[in-house]
Amino acid sequence: MFNWIAQVFSVTRFSMLSLPQRKGSSAAALLGIAGVVAVMVGVLSIAQGVLKTMESSAGDTNAIVLRSGADSEMMSGLGGDDTRIIAEAPGVARDASGPLASPELFVVINLPMRSTGTDANVPLRGVQSQAVQVRDGFNLVEGRMFEWGLNEVIVGIGARQQFAGLDIGSSIEVGKEKWPVVGIFEADGGLSESEIWVDAAVLQPAYRRGNSYQAVYVKLNSRDAFGEFKDSLTSDPRLNVKAMREAEYYEAQSSTVYNLITGLGTLIAVIMGLGAIFGALNTMYTAVSARTREIATLRALGFRSGPVVISILSESLLLALAGGLIGAGLAWLAFDGYRAATLNWASFSAITFAFDVNLKLLVQGILFAMVIGLVGGLLPAIRAARQPVAHALREL
Amino acid sequence: MKYFYLVFSSLKRKKLRTLLTMLSIMVAFLLFGYLTAIRQAFDAGVEVAGADRLIVRHKVSLIQLLPESYEEKIERVEGVDNAAHSTWFGGIYQDPKNFFAQMPMEPEELFDMFPEYIISDEHKAAWLATRSGALVGRGLAKRFDWEVGDRIPINATIWTKKGGGRTWEFEIVAIYDGAEKGTDTSQFFFRYDFFDETRAGGTGQVGWFSVRVNDPDKAAEVASAIDAEFANSAFETKTEPEGAFIQGFANQIGNIGFIIMSIMSAVFFTILLVAGNTMAYAVRERTNELAVLKAIGFTDRGVLGLVLGESMALTLVGGAIGLGLAWMLVSMGDPTDGSFPVFYIPVSSIFLGFGLIALMAFIAGILPALQAQRLQIADALRR
Repeated sequence: MFNWIAQVFSVTRFSMLSLPQRKGSSAAALLGIAGVVAVMVGVLSIAQGVLKTMESSAGDTNAIVLRSGADSEMMSGLGGDDTRIIAEAPGVARDASGPLASPELFVVINLPMRSTGTDANVPLRGVQSQAVQVRDGFNLVEGRMFEWGLNEVIVGIGARQQFAGLDIGSSIEVGKEKWPVVGIFEADGGLSESEIWVDAAVLQPAYRRGNSYQAVYVKLNSRDAFGEFKDSLTSDPRLNVKAMREAEYYEAQSSTVYNLITGLGTLIAVIMGLGAIFGALNTMYTAVSARTREIATLRALGFRSGPVVISILSESLLLALAGGLIGAGLAWLAFDGYRAATLNWASFSAITFAFDVNLKLLVQGILFAMVIGLVGGLLPAIRAARQPVAHALREL
Repeated sequence: MKYFYLVFSSLKRKKLRTLLTMLSIMVAFLLFGYLTAIRQAFDAGVEVAGADRLIVRHKVSLIQLLPESYEEKIERVEGVDNAAHSTWFGGIYQDPKNFFAQMPMEPEELFDMFPEYIISDEHKAAWLATRSGALVGRGLAKRFDWEVGDRIPINATIWTKKGGGRTWEFEIVAIYDGAEKGTDTSQFFFRYDFFDETRAGGTGQVGWFSVRVNDPDKAAEVASAIDAEFANSAFETKTEPEGAFIQGFANQIGNIGFIIMSIMSAVFFTILLVAGNTMAYAVRERTNELAVLKAIGFTDRGVLGLVLGESMALTLVGGAIGLGLAWMLVSMGDPTDGSFPVFYIPVSSIFLGFGLIALMAFIAGILPALQAQRLQIADALRR
C-alpha cells in the first residue's frame, strides 16, 4: 500500500514538473475554465443581489397586511378605518406613542434612470411617523427628515444613485407641484433604499387616493405573536385582508426575478461548461499523447496504472482549480457590490440592488470548475493507463 | 480541389482533437444563437414598433389614469390621424405565474390602430358582436390550449366589478396572428364598453393612448403639441414615440444587451483560445509535412491558404452545427414557459453568426498560418 502511495506521489510530481512544457494548451484550458466560472458567478450574483435586498428588507418580528387577493402593495387597497382596526389588533407591539403599526401608501413616479436617461417607475411611498419605528435599519445619512404636512421628500441611497434628480436640493415634479428632496436615508440594504418617502397626507391628494392606504406594516411583540395577530384579522368581519410575515412577502416578491436569472444563468453556465469540458479534454488528450513514451516507460519500470490515472487526473484538477480560482476571483473583483436597478414585476416598480458575489457562489463556481476538470481528465487518464506498454514505447 | 482534399486529410489526422475542437466551437455558437433569442425577447417590440405611432400617458406615472375624453381632443391636434386608448387590466389567470397582458380596447379602433394584428373576417365579426368577448394572440392561445368558444375566468387585481366581484369571465371569440415574426401575439384584448360598464370604480378613465400621426417625420412636433394641449390641466401628459416607450420599458428591466454582450465576449475569447491552440498544435506537429509540401512546389501562399482553410473548415462546421442547434432549441420554446412575448433568432443574427465564424477562423488560424508560410524548407526538414 505504501508503495502504491509513493508511486502516486512520484508520478504526479513528474507530471507537474513537465507542465511548463505544455504551457500553451494548459493555459488555454485554464483560461477557458476561468471564463466559465467568471460568467457563472457573475450572472448568478445578480440573482443573489436581488434576493439579499429582499431578505434584508424583512424584519424578524414584522408582518405586512394587504387587501386579501392582492399579491403586492401596488395592487392592494385599505380604507383609513381598516388601518386603525389593524393597528389595534392583538400581538402588535406598542411604545409610548401607541401601536407600532404603519399604514402606508405605495405609488410610482416616472423619473429618468442615470444610466440610460429613459424613465423608470420609481416607488414613491407615503408614510406616517411609525414607518421609521417599524423598520429596524432606517437611518438618515444626509440632510434631515421631511416636515410632516409639507411637500418635502426623503430619498433612499439606492434610488439617489440610480435615478437622476434625487440629490438634496433638487426636487421632483408631481403634477404642478415641486417636492424638494431634503434628506437621504439608508435601510440596511433593504428595498426601502430604492424608494422616495413623503408624508402620506401629502401623497393621498396628489394621487387622488382620498383617505386610503395600501398596506400596513406592523412590528409584533414576538415572532410567535403572528398566529394570534393573523387570526384576529382574518376572523374580523369588518376586514377583508391578509397578513403575511415580511420574510414570506418579500420572498414571493423576488421569486420571479430570482428564478428567471438563476434559471438562465445556470443554463448558460452548463452550456459554457460543456464547451470548457471539450477544451479540457483536448488539452489532456494532447498532454497524454505528448507523454505517451514517458508513461509507457514508467509502466515498464513497474509503476501501476492506478498512480498513472491519478497523476493525469490531478494535473487536470489542478488546472481546473487554478482556473476556478481565477474565474471566481475575477467575478468577485468585477461584480461584487456593483449597483444596478431592475423592475420588480410583482409591484411594477423599480428596485435597486447590489450584485452579491457571496461565499456560497464562489464555492459553487470552484466546485463547478472541479467537475469540468474531473470530466475533462478522466477519459484521457484512462487512455493513458490502458495503452499497451510495448506498443506505446515503439511510438515516435 | 486538391486543397480541399489536403484540408480534409489534415483534419482527419487527429480525429479526436478535431472533433473536440469542433464541439467547443459548436457550443460557442449555440450560446450565441440562444442568447440572441433571449435578447430579442427582452427587446420585443422595439424593432416592430410603429414608426408613425406615439404613446400618450400621464406625466407623473404610468399608473395614473387619463380621462377617456382626451381621445377626441388628441384627434383634433394637427397632424394626428387617429387615437385609441388602452388600460392595464393586470388580472391573474389561475396562477400569478401565468402572466400575460390583458387590456380593454375599443373593438373597432384596435384594428385601425394596430394593422399588424391579422384576423379573419369571421372572427372580426364575432369580436364586434360579443360584448364579453376576448381577442387573444396566437401565441397565447397556444400556450394555454385555448380555442374559440372557451370561457376564461380572470381574477382582477385592480378592477373590481360592480357589486364587489373579482372574477371576470370572458369568451374567446377571436384569435389574431402577427403580421411579422416580432409581433407580440401574447396579448389578451377585451372590449372597453364591457369593461367600463362592469368596473366598480374609475368609470371613464383609461391608461394611455396610442396615437397615429399623418407624417412620421413630424412625430416629435405632434408629440409636443399634444403635451402642450394638456399642460396645466388636471391631467398633464407625456408623449413619446412607441419605440422609445418600449425601449424605456426594456431598459427598466436592466441593460440586457450589455450583459449578453459581456457573456458572449467571455465565451468567444475562451473558444478562440481553444481553437487557436489546436491550430498552433496542428501546425507544429506537421512542420515536416508542410516543409515537404513546399519542397515539392507548393508556394508560401499556398501553404498559408492551406492552414487558414483548415481553420475555416473546422470553425465553419462547428459553428454551423451550433447555430443549427440553437435554432432548434429556440423553436422548441422559451425557458420561461411562455412568458416571453416573442422568442426567435432574427435572420440578421444568423448572418452575424456566420460573420463571426469567418472572423474567428481567421484569428485562430492566422498566426499558425503565417508560421507555416515562413517555414524554411531546409531548416524544417532537418527538425
